[in-house]
Amino acid sequence: MKALAIAKKDVLVYYLKGPVVIFGILLPIFLFLAFWIGRHLQLNFLIAGLIAMTVFFSSTSVSPVIAPWEGQMRTLERLLTYPIDVKTVVLGDVIASSIFGILLTTIPIAIAFALGLSINPLIAIGVIISAICFSSLGLLFSAYPSNIPATVMMISALVRFPMIFISGIFIPLNKLPEFGKVLAYLSPLTYFTDISRFCLGLRTFFPVYLDFTILITYTLLFFILSVKLHERALLRRL
Amino acid sequence: MECELVSQKRDMLFLFFLNITGGRSELAIKAKNLEKSFDGKKVLNDISFSVKKGEVFGYLGPNGAGKTTTVRILTGLIKPDRGEVFVCGRNVSKEPVKVREKIGILPEVSNVYPDLTAWQNLMLASQLYGLEKKVAEKRGEKLLKEFGIYGVKNSKVKTFSKGMKQKLMFCMALISEPEVIFLDEPTSGLDVASARMLREKILEMKDLGTTVFLTSHNMSEVDVLCDKVAIIKGGKIIAKDTPDGIKELVGGSVAVEVKFENGFGNGVELSKLRGKKAGDRYVIYTTDPNETICQIVEFAKKKRVRIISINTRSPSLEDAFLKILGEIV
Ligand SMILES: Nc1ncnc2c1ncn2[C@@H]1O[C@H](COP(=O)(O)OP(=O)(O)OP(=O)(O)O)[C@@H](O)[C@H]1O
Ligand SMILES: [Mg+2]
Repeated sequence: MKALAIAKKDVLVYYLKGPVVIFGILLPIFLFLAFWIGRHLQLNFLIAGLIAMTVFFSSTSVSPVIAPWEGQMRTLERLLTYPIDVKTVVLGDVIASSIFGILLTTIPIAIAFALGLSINPLIAIGVIISAICFSSLGLLFSAYPSNIPATVMMISALVRFPMIFISGIFIPLNKLPEFGKVLAYLSPLTYFTDISRFCLGLRTFFPVYLDFTILITYTLLFFILSVKLHERALLRRL
Repeated sequence: MECELVSQKRDMLFLFFLNITGGRSELAIKAKNLEKSFDGKKVLNDISFSVKKGEVFGYLGPNGAGKTTTVRILTGLIKPDRGEVFVCGRNVSKEPVKVREKIGILPEVSNVYPDLTAWQNLMLASQLYGLEKKVAEKRGEKLLKEFGIYGVKNSKVKTFSKGMKQKLMFCMALISEPEVIFLDEPTSGLDVASARMLREKILEMKDLGTTVFLTSHNMSEVDVLCDKVAIIKGGKIIAKDTPDGIKELVGGSVAVEVKFENGFGNGVELSKLRGKKAGDRYVIYTTDPNETICQIVEFAKKKRVRIISINTRSPSLEDAFLKILGEIV
């Protein structure tokens, strides 16, 4: 499968790039520590948030940098003149980015097991779907055809940070003010956080089936939108 | 009598079919009335040409003439504002992926992945062409050996020189054994031996029936390789012929080359002869070499300078090219 060949290339080329490591691994750890220190919170509440934050940050860290790097390194023209269409390229990028997200998320899940918490196996499906969802979202950040990776990282940071605070990770949804709730309903991360809570035996805000339905809808939406936007944007990077 | 008629009819039918199938498959590339603008500036203006199967087609023109833009349209990377392109009998705008399965491409400004090894880059190419792993490995090994970079196949490409990268790009363009190959300035940046090797490779491919679309600024290279050339200037094709035909366009003139002692030449006096300084010598185009040589000798006597060498040659493709572009009179 051609998309897998592209995914493999992405893994080899992009996993160790600076912004990927910083935004994907270090940042969630620091955020988590800042959140945790000096507060008395329930352990499974903490871990549920950590899982959600990790899958979100790691899945959105590889996919936005690929297109600007390809443009800047001038590898894009060669890539686009192979017998493949933009859909295949986008799919390959999403696969590579999702695998990164899934792999990193096994860490907080392992921590949860080590701490003796019991986790509903549904978390696996939740992590996979949301990794794909957030990877596609990440690709939307690079639909703006700038070949400077830093610009794209800035755009993505502007979206990612607010999302962390309105998605029920630090502040449960029922404690948010009305307008905050409206924003929370718009964020796909809200629904995965809810799933994560459910899997750790906590009370959820929505019924879990609804969380899954909305997450899958967002995934399809982001993926289709990415393909459409990149069909135009990629050529402007040449 | 009846029998004869029937057989005649059959022959005609046969000829008819031969014609349509032959007529269609004979052309590897057909471009019809291409137009393209960038930001309101017209870059290609009514470009039409066709390339027969097995031909080496040279596409020449000064910097910014629109060569790379044409290649990008022919390979389906960008869409023309108007006009149509057929490659291997398929419409490029409608079926870009199908067309690209049959072609090989060496883009002008493009890179291989610097963080991957030569072999990883090549295998990525083969996978994106959908080749089987065994076939790809066999071909890849053969190509890298031919191009003399097999020894460094496991080194990351960021350690390669420009020429080594260009060779790798060439291997990547050939891995699918394409029917048509597009080469945008393939020998730029190559050392003398590598450039010659590449030219030999192009002729070898031609012998195997591959169609080659070549852009180049090296006229002697084009002269040796191409069956047909088109010259484009400001987005318009201004000449289309065989290399010899192009040379004849200069109008039966002869180039006289003369070299004076001490590199003498503030060409003021010589300008009467309409000479052009080319390196350490003068080149004068003339239809009457006898008269011109006499004038040169007179000039040298009058000025008391020694002539070191003088010779005549028929104009090269480069001379013809420059003349057609209006760069020399
Ligand atoms: N993406 C683009 N956006 C805007 N203008 C462009 C773009 N690509 C090419 N052009 C313009 O189109 C013209 C033709 O460019 P092109 O690259 O086709 O020339 P070329 O014949 O390949 O030149 P060279 O010999 O230098 O490679 C130039 O004036 C260039 O500035
Ligand atoms: Mg060019």
